[in-house]
Amino acid sequence: MSKFRNKDKGELPAISTASLPDIVFMLLFFFMVATVMRDSSLMIENNLPSADQVEKLKKDRTVFIYGGKPSEQYKQFGTEPRIQFNDAFIGVSDVGPSVRQAIYELNEDLQSKVVIGLKVDKETNAGLVSDIKQELRKENALKVMYIANTKTED
Amino acid sequence: MAKRAAPEVNAGSMADIAFLLLIFFLVTTTIEKDKGLLRSLPPIDDSVVEPPIIKQKNLFTVQIGRDGRLLVEDEIMEMKDLRQAAIDFLDNGGGTNAAGESCTYCKGERLSDSSDHPDKAIISMKHDRETPYEQYMDVQNELVAAYNILREREAERLYRKYYPNADKVFTAMLEEKEKNQFNKDEVLNERIDAVKKLIPMKLSEAEPDKN
Repeated sequence: MSKFRNKDKGELPAISTASLPDIVFMLLFFFMVATVMRDSSLMIENNLPSADQVEKLKKDRTVFIYGGKPSEQYKQFGTEPRIQFNDAFIGVSDVGPSVRQAIYELNEDLQSKVVIGLKVDKETNAGLVSDIKQELRKENALKVMYIANTKTED
Repeated sequence: MAKRAAPEVNAGSMADIAFLLLIFFLVTTTIEKDKGLLRSLPPIDDSVVEPPIIKQKNLFTVQIGRDGRLLVEDEIMEMKDLRQAAIDFLDNGGGTNAAGESCTYCKGERLSDSSDHPDKAIISMKHDRETPYEQYMDVQNELVAAYNILREREAERLYRKYYPNADKVFTAMLEEKEKNQFNKDEVLNERIDAVKKLIPMKLSEAEPDKN
């Protein structure tokens, strides 16, 4: 009889937390893989315009070009809209070489499908954008996506 | 010396460390959701071929001034009316296309002074260097919307039977193509191309004047 007496006490055994680290690590790895560290900080104001006819952007084949007024900390660059590529301001004539370099660094089979993502502040004048487009045409990078916020239809 | 067993390392704090890292990555993660209007630029063409003559009635001009106001077919127009005006123009179907076929699916008013056929109808937009980018994008958006609405209508007419539950047929078709991008579905691609062929997107942009 004494062999079974312990059971009569009816206390619940403590739940083992030994697998908790495993679970947490699993989540951790998920977020580590899903995280994209921004490799460039924006030096310009970037309030995107909105549109409702938007398509999704395939990130693996995109080269981003930013445009807008220099933001508060970069006031020394003036108030005229500038072009930012990666983490530096560039002039219109540098757009071509920069884009060519960026395309060259892409995965080989994606190079022909490259999309140029234009993230341009809505306060910018459209002349800057057409200058960029002109340079892109010279580089034969003809697919352009004007990146916009999704407008909610009301 | 007696051989001593190595003391077991206490792994109780492992979870805490992992949690710390987890929270760090949770906070720094931004699941990016970039979306936008996809457009193709015309390639640079140095050849001196005479550009084809486009009849005035097949050309729908949209000009955006430096103050953001619109001049559509040389008349002032509000942004909210642009979409419908573009649809009316594209869908007019007043004549025949290059092959001499008249537009059987057009539901427009078939006016003689508007576009002949969606094949021939060209929307041309021009902007000033000083035009705000926001206005420029609004116009692009409205014009793309006009094309999308017409394509949606044609897809609805032709392929509704394959997508009885879809909200928008053409969108559903494009989504399906996106989902199966690794195994090509010939039939689906053909259908999408058929719709695109009925309403080809002929949207040209003129360079702004240098001043």
